[in-house]
Amino acid sequence: MNNNPDFSYQGVMSRKNRIMKQAVGIDYDQFELEGIAFDYDAMMNKAGYSLEEVRKIQEETNVGKTPLFEMHNLTKLVRLHAEPGKGARIFIKDEACNPSGSFKARRASLSCYQAQKQGYRGVISATSGNYGAAVASQSAMRGLNCIVVQELFDSQDLSQPEIMEKGRACEAYGAEVVQLSVGPELFYKFLILLEETQYFNASLYTPFGIAGIETLGYELAEQVRRTVGKDPAAVLITHAGGGNVTGTARGLQKAGCKDTDVIGISVDLSGLHMASDHDFNRKSFTTGHTGFGVPFATWPDRADVPRNAARSLRYLDRYYTVTQGEVFYMTELLAQLEGLERGPAGNTSLAGAFALAMEMDRDDVIVVQETEYTGAGKHPSPQLTFARKLGIAVKRGKPEESIPGQNIIIPESPAQIAVKRVDLDNLKKSYLKKVAQEKGGGALSPVELDYLAAELKTSTGWVEKHYGKAGG
Amino acid sequence: MEKAQTGDWVQVFKVVLKPEERAPGLPPETAKVPLTMKVKGFLIDQAAAVGDQVAIRTATGRKVEGKLIGINPAYEIDYGRPQPELLNIGFETRSLLSGEADKQ
Repeated sequence: MNNNPDFSYQGVMSRKNRIMKQAVGIDYDQFELEGIAFDYDAMMNKAGYSLEEVRKIQEETNVGKTPLFEMHNLTKLVRLHAEPGKGARIFIKDEACNPSGSFKARRASLSCYQAQKQGYRGVISATSGNYGAAVASQSAMRGLNCIVVQELFDSQDLSQPEIMEKGRACEAYGAEVVQLSVGPELFYKFLILLEETQYFNASLYTPFGIAGIETLGYELAEQVRRTVGKDPAAVLITHAGGGNVTGTARGLQKAGCKDTDVIGISVDLSGLHMASDHDFNRKSFTTGHTGFGVPFATWPDRADVPRNAARSLRYLDRYYTVTQGEVFYMTELLAQLEGLERGPAGNTSLAGAFALAMEMDRDDVIVVQETEYTGAGKHPSPQLTFARKLGIAVKRGKPEESIPGQNIIIPESPAQIAVKRVDLDNLKKSYLKKVAQEKGGGALSPVELDYLAAELKTSTGWVEKHYGKAGG
Repeated sequence: MEKAQTGDWVQVFKVVLKPEERAPGLPPETAKVPLTMKVKGFLIDQAAAVGDQVAIRTATGRKVEGKLIGINPAYEIDYGRPQPELLNIGFETRSLLSGEADKQ
């Protein structure tokens, strides 16, 4: 070990691979195939756990087995606005019932189990979301130290209320919270902490972080079958880094749901730069938005591990966006019509479900696969109070007039709730463009072609055709 | 002026990267400001006032040095103000469900 390590940005980043390898206990090199290709299935099988093992591990720390509720009043409201014969039944999986109040407990459960098994004294996670509280809560149960690194405040010292609440929750579970100003160098600080403490990297993107969510998809399939005697027509998943989509879809596959559409929904935050000190606090959603959803879909390996286990384009059948105002509206409907005060961020897919249920048959079942806890700071009223303080206009109107960072339009009627389709082919083409850059335009080997076809849920023919156009 | 004593729960502030040390490719508004950090822990020093350079022991036992910015700092989160744009949503949709909207 070097006694005088170089702590400059470049110096620390140059030690990235070594730090990572030590901090996750996985030798990712063994899964590399050739060029850009790696053996995803081998990584998931070898480094992950079987569904049965995951269930047992999660039982140890009270994770999962959350209830599935039918949203009778929301379905009734959909049917008031749907064509005759349309208006699917909406169900919601109440993931807020997990120990730390969100589905993220599932992801954290395996990471903390793994850290304990491998003899690490503690875990570190880089997250401004619910995952921090989840890791802190699971660490508390397993007697591990925990550090959560958050991006929290801008250069004016203004902090996102939702992230402040998440920091408070981490502290409530006994974690140390390292709070940073805006910038992607959070990863730099994260690496320094891993190196200093020798803790486990409880990344959202290891095979453990994904295998933990498979039980969610599996449970909901079992619950829907038990309740209505058939598979859900669609499962709606709030999409950010891709883990929720990947893990849930894998769980649905393991349950044998062959005809269930896997649909991702993100809040549209287009036009707001994720690394911008100015834009940071003008986002009223801190996750489940396009700022993560699009870049992580089109290049998953931007994550804090060498190979990201969350690879959403392998699993998504469709992808839509909704507006911030629509999600706040749905959060209000969930509380006022269904008696569940949840969210707001977790209600992104609920807004999508409300819109899509209108077009689906009455006997179809559509499942919203998560809720999250709510509390001071993490609630529509403080988020909108904060948005107004920053000069963002909040008004009732037409959702299509929304401009992220400038206004938040709360719909005037439930009939206005709509989804905007994101063309997955365009995301796949962006992915190929990035591959072409990585390869300097070089040709794809047969192994790479097969890899990309699986990676993009398409044919090798499609990859060949569009890789050429991407500059290959 | 209020002073923190050894063992008090405090918050420190530190510059992690000066603007010229930051990552390449940042938007200009981010590149021109430093990357800064806040951490809480128990004060190691004997007594200190806000603004002093101090050392703390964090929840994981790490020693961190920085400028003292808060003594037993409050959680500044609340429920904000009720939002006029949200207040009528429940009434409006319950009316739709009960059919009252049609009768009016």
